[in-house]
Amino acid sequence: MIKIGLEIHCQLTTIKSKLFCSCDSNHRKYKPNLNTCPICLGIPGTLPLINKNAIKKSLLLALALNCKIPEKTLFCRKNYFYPDLPKNFQITQFNMEDKHSSIGYEGHVAIENKIININRIQLEEDPGRINYVKISDKSKLTLIDYNRSGVSLVEIVTQPDFSNNVEIKEFLSYLSNLLIQLDISDPTLPGAMRTDVNISIDDHNKIELKNINSIHDLEKAVDFEIVRQSNFITRNLQIQQETRHWDEKRKITTLARRKEDEQDYRYIIEQDIPSITISPYLISKLKNKIPENIKSKKSHYMKFGISNQVLDTILSDLYYTRLFESAFDGQNAKNIANIIATDLIRYLNTDEKKSKSKLTATHLIRLSELIDTNKIKRDLIKNILRQAIVTGNSIDVILNELKLHKTLDEDKLSIIIDNVIESEHDLIKKININPNVINYLIGKIMKKAGNVQPKTIINLLNTKIKLNVKK
Amino acid sequence: MNSKITISQYVESVKNGDFTVEEFSLQILENINKFEKKLHSYISINDDIIKQAKMIDLKIKSQEKLGQCMGVPISIKDNICIHGIKTTCGSKLLKNFIAPYDATVISKLKKEDAIFVGKTNMDEFAMGSTTEFSAYGLSRNPWNVDYVPGGSSGGSAVSVSSSESLCSLGSDTGGSIRNPASFCSVVGLKPTYGLISRFGLISYANSMEQIGPMTKTVKDAAFLLNIIAGIDSKDNTTVYNNNENYLSNLDIDLKNKKIGIISEMMGKDADKKVLNATYEAISKFEELGAKCDFISFNTVNYALAAYYIITSAEAGSNLARFDNVIYGGFKLDANGYDFNTYISKIRKNFGKEVIRRMIIGGFIPSSGYVGRYFIKALKIKSKLIMELNKILNNFDVVLSPTVPVMPFKFGEKQDSLSMYLIDLNTVLSNLTGTPAISIPFKFDNGLPIGMQLMTKAMQEKLLLQFAYALEKITNINNIPSIN
Repeated sequence: MIKIGLEIHCQLTTIKSKLFCSCDSNHRKYKPNLNTCPICLGIPGTLPLINKNAIKKSLLLALALNCKIPEKTLFCRKNYFYPDLPKNFQITQFNMEDKHSSIGYEGHVAIENKIININRIQLEEDPGRINYVKISDKSKLTLIDYNRSGVSLVEIVTQPDFSNNVEIKEFLSYLSNLLIQLDISDPTLPGAMRTDVNISIDDHNKIELKNINSIHDLEKAVDFEIVRQSNFITRNLQIQQETRHWDEKRKITTLARRKEDEQDYRYIIEQDIPSITISPYLISKLKNKIPENIKSKKSHYMKFGISNQVLDTILSDLYYTRLFESAFDGQNAKNIANIIATDLIRYLNTDEKKSKSKLTATHLIRLSELIDTNKIKRDLIKNILRQAIVTGNSIDVILNELKLHKTLDEDKLSIIIDNVIESEHDLIKKININPNVINYLIGKIMKKAGNVQPKTIINLLNTKIKLNVKK
Repeated sequence: MNSKITISQYVESVKNGDFTVEEFSLQILENINKFEKKLHSYISINDDIIKQAKMIDLKIKSQEKLGQCMGVPISIKDNICIHGIKTTCGSKLLKNFIAPYDATVISKLKKEDAIFVGKTNMDEFAMGSTTEFSAYGLSRNPWNVDYVPGGSSGGSAVSVSSSESLCSLGSDTGGSIRNPASFCSVVGLKPTYGLISRFGLISYANSMEQIGPMTKTVKDAAFLLNIIAGIDSKDNTTVYNNNENYLSNLDIDLKNKKIGIISEMMGKDADKKVLNATYEAISKFEELGAKCDFISFNTVNYALAAYYIITSAEAGSNLARFDNVIYGGFKLDANGYDFNTYISKIRKNFGKEVIRRMIIGGFIPSSGYVGRYFIKALKIKSKLIMELNKILNNFDVVLSPTVPVMPFKFGEKQDSLSMYLIDLNTVLSNLTGTPAISIPFKFDNGLPIGMQLMTKAMQEKLLLQFAYALEKITNINNIPSIN
């Protein structure tokens, strides 16, 4: 049996300031190291000041995930040395001694046919970021940017209750929906939601996977790891307990460290933040904010007639999900979903391509309109999408450029058909006898009308012939 | 002009126009010139003292509104940040660290027009009881320069005692204010945990330490406490103190007040001279009408072990940031090193006492040992808080010698353990978060002996009242003739 557990780190992107100082929570919009202060740089003598909004937002999430809420909570220091960690410890939460330290614990979420148990939800600070810059073939520069240092992260730890990718995707899509609906986080921002995975098969050792940046990659990483571990088992090899990194380029997992190299984090209580009492009043106030029944995205969109497979493709990727939801108006759901899942996915298949793409939801909305009114050939969509991705021009501009736009409206087409019927009066009589006649007629019409969907011609032609025959 | 006066006398004199702030500052600078080579109170001295004094004089002349310090020259322990000024913590690791902000206590003193004379010498990162562990050389006891001044706020105590400043701020993690206060015969107050903002105090063991005043008299300590105490939005651990006025109503009748003496704090390791002095102090209090009783407090025997375990663990974490990445005084090209090698090279620049405690601090909370040492120590801490509270339900204050031994000569105590035993009586108030004060009591062969009073959290007023009564009845000469 395959057992998979998730550790999801999610930035509280909707609060104004960092977890322990007044620097901007939205660290993405600053030049390196300009969103910092003595507190988030760990300058000697500074003290962390707890952001009450971060407590409230993470509590809201804990309640929405049906967690128990501790009466009192506190913070701990996770001690380890790393250049992106200005204090060389991270302020986080960790149960120690007889003291409880989390925002919520023992929660659960129902996904299709299954309950996923939540182990704990905790609040912690994000470290800074390290950028490696190649300065020559031989040497590279390590640059540290502390803009992210101290941003609020909520960590959701599940029990190993998942057994496949479908369940993981279902859960993550539910979770991101929840984060957006409760205004806790925008998980589509780059790096706002990061997931680590634990995988074990039967009673063999578990493997931890880190460094996975999208749900799309998560799926690949899980599949890869299941195959890798199964091969070990069939060959009777011992699976070592270890942490592995997902190599995004090579699409494989690589060894990061063995269990014996695991760090000892030497947790101690963070005494600079006195223990926090969570009042029943606050809990009941927050509970009122949670909509009674948040359905999972999938079951919601299933109602619009989108196929299971198409939905899975879209919802497994935050970029596609975001695009789909921005273009979505109910009526166009099926068209938009099909464009994304069958056409767009061919061109935007890496994070790099996605981030460079100039295509927006507006393009998809217009495309869907044109499909609905039969003003565009279904098989030309790929061409148009390719242009939109590169140029960002509007669909109509692209159509003009490609000269694919219908030059005729239906009135003009109608006249052309009438003329052909009249000139081929004798042939029309044989239409029921010889099936080639209709094809001949269509060909003749198309020569005069240009690029018109054959379907449109057939429909119009048939109606006119019926009328003509009756005459 | 006499530079050996108290804050109250100073403020009165400046008000009366007996002397100007500039004249007094010049006198302090003269004392520094005279004694500093011998005593070494300071790591750095403010170059702008006279300029700042002149400005305050100008304010007085033009009858501008003036803060209540009126130019009081105060020295500051070198682990408290003053904006734009080097703050070394007595360590090479911070030899080039210029604080980019003011500690809250500093902002408060600036607002009251205090003048900062300089940054005082200390054991590196406040780890030590003699100031011998400063990376900038040792300080000497003004009462006998062959003797240690105590520590870690040794420079502060020396500066006050020798009138190289009028008063000082120190910090106390396990006795670092009271111990040098006792050895140098000044008043030293370790306030309740949370009474004074620690924002701007470079952490050593953040669950234990407090900034506190070191002064010539109890009244002066109350004066400074009035200025620096109170809740602070920059320190989540501070508590509301009801805007208590610690200066008012200091003189009370001790009749029928109850004083407890913990037998364990007067044990077999204590010096006979110190014990005899304590018995004298008991008699003095009884003369004033107080009732003194000996009590047993067994858990105190574990206090020192618990203290060193907890402080080392916290130190290991607090000092981890000194890795030369964001700040640091070392030119060491990171090129070619992995991060861990790089920082271990840098960390070799810590002094041996700091390294000793960092090693202990790394070991104590490590998995497999955390239960054996760290968690037990925390349990002892909780037990001490509970039991001391019970005792203080029956007694107004607890009396003990501040330090169980007499001041000693440099190099006399070689092994760490006998050095740690010096803190036997002071660590209790840090572990329990309660206030404690050391008051000069007597001299033996020209060396000072201090008495310590402790009471319940937030009862600084009561503590100061008892201290004031003892000070009044002993009335000892506090001015050393520096040889």
